[in-house]
Amino acid sequence: MITVNENLCKGCNLCTEFCPQKVYKESEKLGKKGIHVPVPVDEEKCKKCGLCALMCPDQAIRVDEEDNDE
Amino acid sequence: MVKGESPFMKYLRRDRLPTIFCAGCGNGIVMNTFFNGMEMAEVDFDNLILVSGIGCSSRIPGYVACDSLHTTHGRPISFATGIKLANPEHDVAVFSGDGDAAAIGGNHLIHGARRNIDITVICINNSIYGMTGGQISPTSPKGSYGTTAPYGALERPFSLADLVTAAGGTYVARWTTAHPVQLSKAIKYGLQNKGFSFIEVISQCPTYYGRKNKLRSPIDMLNWMKETSINKRRADKMEEEELQGKIIVGEFQKKPEPEFAEKLCKLLEEQCVTGKPTAIRSAYQED
Ligand SMILES: Cc1ncc(C[n+]2csc(CCOP(=O)(O)OP(=O)(O)O)c2C)c(N)n1
Ligand code: SF4
Ligand code: SF4
Ligand code: SF4
Ligand SMILES: [Mg+2]
Repeated sequence: MITVNENLCKGCNLCTEFCPQKVYKESEKLGKKGIHVPVPVDEEKCKKCGLCALMCPDQAIRVDEEDNDE
Repeated sequence: MVKGESPFMKYLRRDRLPTIFCAGCGNGIVMNTFFNGMEMAEVDFDNLILVSGIGCSSRIPGYVACDSLHTTHGRPISFATGIKLANPEHDVAVFSGDGDAAAIGGNHLIHGARRNIDITVICINNSIYGMTGGQISPTSPKGSYGTTAPYGALERPFSLADLVTAAGGTYVARWTTAHPVQLSKAIKYGLQNKGFSFIEVISQCPTYYGRKNKLRSPIDMLNWMKETSINKRRADKMEEEELQGKIIVGEFQKKPEPEFAEKLCKLLEEQCVTGKPTAIRSAYQED
């Protein structure tokens, strides 16, 4: 499961650009802070490499190993 | 751990977030790689002390939930030296900018390396003075633009990794924020090295360096770093002209040498007359 924290994301789009699987897409609508927060639209392609969480300059991303989001 | 939270959040002062850094600034990537390297090196977070000078990059320790000192411009290595010698048991790391470490603090940098004191310096080299609005720094590439170089920088930049190697650093590496995995490993080795470690991180300041140098977005800046980086092993076999405009990345030095705090403690032990030969001992011997 991928979570992007809307309160922390500044909309730099480094995740959108550098995810090797192109999982993210910039949101069309503005978030509550006036930022186009990326959405993990192609989550099933995610390889759980963790690169996006390591690169997000604002610690806004979490990628869970397991898909069990009970 | 709170559900859906970044794996690095446990090291941060969450009430201070989001950081003051501009969107896409490299400082946040360096923070992540530091935590990653720290975990790989199995450094005890409670034993860690972070020290910084002044600059955008020097704001990092203030966001980290460990003991830290935010000191004066150019002086973090001097403060870190004091901390290490007062109690050599601590893990001490410095966050410094290219202006902080190489301009006003250049002298402290070379002498820290010469002494081989056991601290790890993470130098966030964004080729500019970010905090003060985009002035040229000692690492700004020749011809690059800044508010103090409207016609392009005339001077030759320092290669900090080479400078610190020559000055005596015992673990020296350079990576960029576009190489977060390699950078994390270098930070791990830096923290493990018993001696002066220097990790130069070529980083992005999209707001000043990027805007003045036709690399407007953080994405453009990271792509530029990826495209121009070349590994040191390959670069060593190439001519100087071929390396124009390239960023040489990799390990520059990895050579254990006797460390300063250890040498000093040994001397204290040999010369001790109180029977309590520790660095933190003598001032309180009457109590
Ligand atoms: C003694 C002193 N001189 C000058 C300054 C002004 N000053 C603040 S930050 C800075 C340079 C910051 O550049 P760098 O270290 O590269 O950090 P960055 O903001 O780029 O991360 C300068 C000159 C100061 N704060 N103190
Ligand atoms: S974990 Fe890797 S593959 Fe999955 S979204 Fe992040 S960068 Fe892409
Ligand atoms: S990298 Fe982080 S801050 Fe940048 S757009 Fe993605 S989630 Fe937002
Ligand atoms: S001015 Fe530059 S270095 Fe400072 S926070 Fe903004 S992008 Fe980062
Ligand atoms: Mg700088």
